[in-house]
Amino acid sequence: MPLVEIREVNKSFQRGSEKIEVFTGLTLDVDEGSFTALMGPSGSGKSTLLNLVAGLDRPTQGTVRVAGAEVSSMTPGQLAPWRARHIGFVFQQLNLLPVLTAYQNVELPLLLTRLSRKERDERIRIALALVGLEDRMLHYPRQLSGGQEQRVSIARAVVADPTLVLLDEPTGQLDARSSEDVLQLLRRLNEEFKKTIIIVTHDVHAAESARTVLHLDKGRLIERQGAAV
Amino acid sequence: MKFLHLVLANLGRHKRRTFLTTASVALALFLFASLRTVVTTLAATAQFGSARRLVSDNATGIVFPLPLSYANKLRAVPGVQAVSWANWFGGRYGDNKRFFAQFAVDPESYLEMYPEISVPEDQKQAFFREKSSALIGRRLVDVFGWHLGQDVTIQGTIFPGDWTFTVRGIYTPTDASINDDMLLFRHDYFEERLGRPGVAGWYVVRIDNPEHAAGIAKTIDDQFRNSSAATKTGTEQAFNASFATMWGNVSLLMGTIGFAVVFAILLVTANAMMMSARERTREVAILKTIGFTDRTLFGMVMLEAAGIALTGAAIGLGGAKLLYQATNFNAAGFLPGFDVTAETLVLGAAIALLLMLASGLVPAVRAARLPVVQALRRVE
Repeated sequence: MPLVEIREVNKSFQRGSEKIEVFTGLTLDVDEGSFTALMGPSGSGKSTLLNLVAGLDRPTQGTVRVAGAEVSSMTPGQLAPWRARHIGFVFQQLNLLPVLTAYQNVELPLLLTRLSRKERDERIRIALALVGLEDRMLHYPRQLSGGQEQRVSIARAVVADPTLVLLDEPTGQLDARSSEDVLQLLRRLNEEFKKTIIIVTHDVHAAESARTVLHLDKGRLIERQGAAV
Repeated sequence: MKFLHLVLANLGRHKRRTFLTTASVALALFLFASLRTVVTTLAATAQFGSARRLVSDNATGIVFPLPLSYANKLRAVPGVQAVSWANWFGGRYGDNKRFFAQFAVDPESYLEMYPEISVPEDQKQAFFREKSSALIGRRLVDVFGWHLGQDVTIQGTIFPGDWTFTVRGIYTPTDASINDDMLLFRHDYFEERLGRPGVAGWYVVRIDNPEHAAGIAKTIDDQFRNSSAATKTGTEQAFNASFATMWGNVSLLMGTIGFAVVFAILLVTANAMMMSARERTREVAILKTIGFTDRTLFGMVMLEAAGIALTGAAIGLGGAKLLYQATNFNAAGFLPGFDVTAETLVLGAAIALLLMLASGLVPAVRAARLPVVQALRRVE
């Protein structure tokens, strides 16, 4: 059953007097519980697609539905709480607020819920334990390695139990060992905790962790590997 | 309240910058409170004075004396109940680092004219008995450690020579219009030392009814109009007001400086806040991605601005109020009753609120309206 439904999406940007078409009539689905990698060269629209799914950007035309909700027609006021409830997002780098500890960074999505302090504490500890950083919870981002920072970001992305976890080049700035740790963690989240994951990556090795790989080029889906999409 | 720690963490991001910004707000509001208090004190001084007292001074100017012989003529004016007189002395004490006013006064009539100058009866009688005696305000006891029976030597400037007085009384003002740091000595001693020139600096006249003030003043001035020393008579309030209006331009200047300082600091604070917000563009984008609403982010940035502006205001305004109260400051006697008024505090708080809005609004709106994708692209 598709969790993400993208239908006839056009997306264009205006750069000066030049109009850049990113997508023209893109249609694809992402199943619930899947682990999907989006691959493609720079400018192929991978990150833009992720932004559209997260409601961070709007299509010029077409619809984006996530878990039955038409994200593309929501107002900014509707999108913020929707994202808080449904989306966990991890960027390539600089995901964490430097003035907050790992614990406080992971707590951020929970501040938007009605959970009590005790309930929040329980969830944060579970999330940090899941990423193997329960002993670093009082560390500030500057006291963590790049891999640890990304794992804290993943803990923050899953702590509120979102419907969908989106990651934009999560291993792009990491060494091989840290990358492997992060990918292993993502596989575990998908397999054990049944999280639906979409990852944007240039890294073939990272893409191999996914069960489905979608290849984009010039805004078009040119190939899919693995489970049907 | 859930977001308070986030606001505090942001304020603590650049501790030195936050400290300096808060300190500049505090300093600005301290200066504002101080300068405005000079203005309000001068204005209040003009309000002091009894409506039943008139003051006659030389029509040419207060620095010119009046003949002592006018006293009897004034007593004879219908409606006049009592007459007293005084002279500005203008001496120095010690190294003159601490100025205080000295007046030669007619002892019995002056203390009777000014019941606000409260002196214990035995000390009052000692002052009446001894020609070279003096009354001092309670503050002079605190400042110089003087005590009853002590000889105090003042160097005359207008009236040269060393003038030694024996402290025979310590007065306490019962009204804010009376300075608590004057030295009053006897006019007859003053006359004697100067070879009996027979002059008074000004006369104070108590009248039977405040409603008769204008008529009595006119009668007095008419009486001396064609004499060698014409008088200018008015109510004590008008006399004080004329002193205050001498400060008129100073008041305007101080008020202008006060607002200019606050405005300058406002620009500095606004710039610091905006710089701080600009540095956090990516973080704001991340918070939006997590699901923080525009309204929450707007509120958080405004709360930061409020934290700086209101803390600065509390330190600056509270500091001014407490400092002047604790030190009993009166600008060496020139500004009796110098106290930061409630109105000044409210105005200062209003300026702090304005400062908060001016410095917080632009970055707050910017944070709220920030398009996430553009922000991330800009930073990356």
